[in-house]
Amino acid sequence: MAQVASSKEPILKVVHLKKYFKVSLGVVRAVDDISFEIMPGETFGLIGESGSGKSTTGHVIVGMYAPTSGKIYYKGIDISVPAPKRPRQVRKEIQIVFQDPASSLNPSKTVFDIVALPIKLYKGIKKREELEDEVARLLELVELPPEYYMYRYPRELGGGEKQAVAIARALATEPSFIVLDEPTSALDVSIQAKIINTLINLQRKFNLSYLFITHDLGLARNFTTRLAIMYLGKIVEIGPTERVFKNPLHPYTQMLLSAIPVLTEEEEKLKPRGIASRGEIGSPMNPPPGCRFNPRCPFANEACRKILACIFLSCGLQCRKPCI
Amino acid sequence: MTEPHSQRVYLRRRRLSRRYESLKRAWYYFKKSPLSLIGLGIVSLTIFIALFAPYIAPHPESAGLYMNFEEAYQPPSWKHPFGTDAYGRDVFSRVLFGFRYSMMLAAVVLSLAAPPGIILGLIAGYYRGTWIDMLIMRIADIFIAVPPLVLALAICSVLTPNIFNAMMAVTLMWWPWYTRLVYNMVSSIRNEYYVIALELLGAKKSYIMFREILPNCLGPILTKLTLDVGWVILIGAALSFVGLGAQPPTPDLGTMVAEGGQYLPTYWWISVFPALAIAFIILGFNLLGDGIRDIFAATER
Repeated sequence: MAQVASSKEPILKVVHLKKYFKVSLGVVRAVDDISFEIMPGETFGLIGESGSGKSTTGHVIVGMYAPTSGKIYYKGIDISVPAPKRPRQVRKEIQIVFQDPASSLNPSKTVFDIVALPIKLYKGIKKREELEDEVARLLELVELPPEYYMYRYPRELGGGEKQAVAIARALATEPSFIVLDEPTSALDVSIQAKIINTLINLQRKFNLSYLFITHDLGLARNFTTRLAIMYLGKIVEIGPTERVFKNPLHPYTQMLLSAIPVLTEEEEKLKPRGIASRGEIGSPMNPPPGCRFNPRCPFANEACRKILACIFLSCGLQCRKPCI
Repeated sequence: MTEPHSQRVYLRRRRLSRRYESLKRAWYYFKKSPLSLIGLGIVSLTIFIALFAPYIAPHPESAGLYMNFEEAYQPPSWKHPFGTDAYGRDVFSRVLFGFRYSMMLAAVVLSLAAPPGIILGLIAGYYRGTWIDMLIMRIADIFIAVPPLVLALAICSVLTPNIFNAMMAVTLMWWPWYTRLVYNMVSSIRNEYYVIALELLGAKKSYIMFREILPNCLGPILTKLTLDVGWVILIGAALSFVGLGAQPPTPDLGTMVAEGGQYLPTYWWISVFPALAIAFIILGFNLLGDGIRDIFAATER
């Protein structure tokens, strides 16, 4: 059973992670003490409204900037430093696909140039023919026929095709963990499905682990195995996707699920306890005292303004383990 | 399983054909505006005259210290289309040589001022918010704060007034504008995800700056270069006009306007034709610059 135990070792471990940004008016607490673990081969969802700190979490993990405090471990190696200071071997293992495909590809480079660069840097292939072979292989993985796409410029591609190129670039270093920062939020619904399918196929093929950042609950339900709900820099609920959707514990999760638009009465009845959404997400510069969600919570009382934890959750607000 | 990729033919593989294609597209947007075409015509003519002045001038000897008092002060005629000046020199020939000096001034000044200006702007923009940015941009601000003509006047009056010092003076006041232009573009491009992706990959900073960011700044740089040719010529002419640039008998357009000024209005042709030539060159480069700007505005969309 030793093998089973080792496969339970998390690929990524985030412990008490904080990321504060100093701005002219004060301090933005984008990520405020969150912890979670991602297992090999799983898709971990990070859900939240804009401003909840979910993208910042992804950016800290890939090393765009150092965390204010807390630790990130990749396969047990401490990587709580910006990317340039990480071991080369680890840097190639962790890749990211950005939200905006238009901005993630250099408009003056061809698809070949864009995808070949990480290959040059990490595999030491220099010859043009060999690079073309490698780029072609990657383009086929993301279902872009290389004969047609190899020497195209980003402006000649559609949003979904651009995002596919960005995925190919992320795959070029043969990573085992990819942060997907709202990879489909800028795409049409029809193309979303295609990109998600590509990602699922790639995951099966290479046993990839994903951190999937999104605000789309439907997508999260279909795509993730476990997820964490973020609100104002804190994780309010964490657990297996199935459980969270069937039996949401935190009032915020309940509110989010109630807000999913449905067509029929039957579907409406399937929803958990209906909580009408009210108010908007607060400011991460000046978070409310006590439970971050209390100004919008229908069940809030005096105690909620004093204790950081939500009184509804027996296991507490900042629970690090799945509740059920 | 799959056939070797290297035996496949990739669509539009050849770079030459891609380049030809983008040139064709550029020409399509450019020729939409007749004014741009006029600009291109004027600029081509200007460059042609500047290169071949000695061969096309009817009286090339007029360019130097030539005197023929029998023919002095002649109004425009078939023999002397722009008339003759106080020494009997053919104004038309001198104007043709004047194109030469003006273009040389612009070429020297811009090729000295633009590259360091662009590189400094690139570095300052890439390191935005650090002390490198502060240092470079504050120095640029100091140069920008001094009115350009005043700085050039000061330099030229302290040193010996000649065409070399005039060029140095104009260069010194010109580079910060390129720094500013590139700085503004780079500081927004450096936040694009593709730059961040390269940094995460660990690409060299010099590679990111010069090979990834700089090509995306070329449109505005090229536009500014073209427009600046006109302005540099104007400043050079102004310096010559007040006697701090090229010295007589150099057939510099500004010097000629100044020399001819004392004979106005009776012998108007001595200074009016060189002045018109200056206006002609500046107009040409401005129209061409607008056309180039239109190309990049259209292709960036």
